[in-house]
Amino acid sequence: MAEISYRQIVADGLWNNNVAFVQLLGLCPLLAVSSTAINGLGLGMATTLVLIASNATISIIRNWVRPEIRIPVFVMIIAAFVTAIELSMSAWFYELYRVLGIFIPLIVTNCAILGRAEAFASRQKIVPSIVDGAMMGIGFTIPLFILGALREISGAGTLFAQAHLMFGEGAHWLTMTLFPDYGGFLLAILPPGAFIGLGLLIALKNIIDARITAKNSSPK
Amino acid sequence: MKLPQLTLSSPHLHGDAALDRLMQQVAIALIPAIAVNMWVFGWGVITNIFITLIVSLGSEAIAVALRRRSVAVALSDYSAVVTALLLGLTLPPLSPWWLLVTGSVAAIIFAKHLYGGLGFNPFNPAMVGFVVLLISFPVEMTRWQAPFNPVAFDLGFFGALTYVFSGHLPFDISLDALTMATPLDHLKTGLSLQHNLSEIRSNTEVFGMVAGKGWEWANLAILAGGLWLLYQRIITWHAPVTLLVTLATTALIFNLIDPARYADPLFHLLSGGTILGAFFIVTDPVTGATSVKGRIIFAAGVALIVYIIRNWGGFPDGIAFAVLLMNMAAPTIDYYTRPRVIGHHQEERQP
Repeated sequence: MAEISYRQIVADGLWNNNVAFVQLLGLCPLLAVSSTAINGLGLGMATTLVLIASNATISIIRNWVRPEIRIPVFVMIIAAFVTAIELSMSAWFYELYRVLGIFIPLIVTNCAILGRAEAFASRQKIVPSIVDGAMMGIGFTIPLFILGALREISGAGTLFAQAHLMFGEGAHWLTMTLFPDYGGFLLAILPPGAFIGLGLLIALKNIIDARITAKNSSPK
Repeated sequence: MKLPQLTLSSPHLHGDAALDRLMQQVAIALIPAIAVNMWVFGWGVITNIFITLIVSLGSEAIAVALRRRSVAVALSDYSAVVTALLLGLTLPPLSPWWLLVTGSVAAIIFAKHLYGGLGFNPFNPAMVGFVVLLISFPVEMTRWQAPFNPVAFDLGFFGALTYVFSGHLPFDISLDALTMATPLDHLKTGLSLQHNLSEIRSNTEVFGMVAGKGWEWANLAILAGGLWLLYQRIITWHAPVTLLVTLATTALIFNLIDPARYADPLFHLLSGGTILGAFFIVTDPVTGATSVKGRIIFAAGVALIVYIIRNWGGFPDGIAFAVLLMNMAAPTIDYYTRPRVIGHHQEERQP
């Protein structure tokens, strides 16, 4: 298998082959949990941890797994890490764990994780696999966080509400009320707001990509 | 938004039915409705339409310019004007400015131009604007003014405009004195409190001769505009008549079963947005079904969903939801009601 440069892995994970904006994988948690910035950040980080751990493990055992049974093996590894993450969150971030609810165990069904296991970790060495897991995870967390922030600002007029769920009691100051007398824009909080918001973000990425292409091609 | 049957069969006859003329006629047909609405609800109707017009035309211009098309052509087809008029009429009079701006932007930018502009939008823009507001701002959207309230007239245009932008009335009157629930709202609340229909209807503050006080006149004015559109052959009779007949028949059946719970057909016909929906919304050729049979199925579906929402749903009126739901079904209806190609038998239709 050809070596892939780390630069390429980073660029793919964060931008060119972004899980949320380009591959459009993991839309279920992306749309359901992104009602606030903190929820998005919480789920994004949990997903990232699972991705790194599963990618690393699958890369280690890649030469001993027969191709016929690889999918069940991958799923069991992923499920084991999701269970571990779920139990640790319920131990240390109990409030956040309750807010995210079913979406923590559902990380196991996030197609992005199995997708990376299949497409990358099962063919690459351990270090590139870990880097890939981290970059794909961050590339999933950032859209989740931006979408959450946008929906929170437009829907409720606040930002980082319930920050203490994640960063402890000292983080109450993070919660910002941007519009004091805001009545709330329910559509942004409801599921249609997630679809419209994601559509707008993808449009923005496409505009930036088009600009970059135009810039690169014009001097020649 | 009314074009005659465009895609029916192949020797296309050329008429003088240009888009801008059709839209102009639709806008003109809404004038009696605007006048009567103003007579019933005061200056708030005019401020609504004033702001939705400005914002809709502005959004249309921006969207068209961003898409690098001719702004002048897009603005002169009057489609944005019709959307603005329909939206302004359906929102509660004296709505705050941000409500009107949000609704207009949702209608023009999101419902129309994001889908590719006029002719490509699967959903009726005015109804999308209305529904976005209805689910986002339930409090503001149910704050209808009481009909024939002298305060709404004493305000004057600029007084109303001041209120719309600042939220303060120019003199010492609270908003509660101005507003009350709509007749359909009253009906729903009354029924949920186990009152029977004649008790609810005895409230003469709210109910007039056959339907809501004031509302019945507003609906009749819309009917006049609709009949004029029919006379001008801008729209065909199939969709409006089907909608009204289906709604009336359904209402009659349930009214006969239990007159204490289900309102009579006339009440349903002259309440809420029934007439506006029948003549100005389901007749939209872009978002409705195309063939005659398709349009009849489309309108009947709208009528049934409206009746279901009004009686057993969570909202007092359901024209907008019903139209959007049927908009989604329109391509399927079109598929199954395709006219037979000349020279082919019905059975030969390719799946």
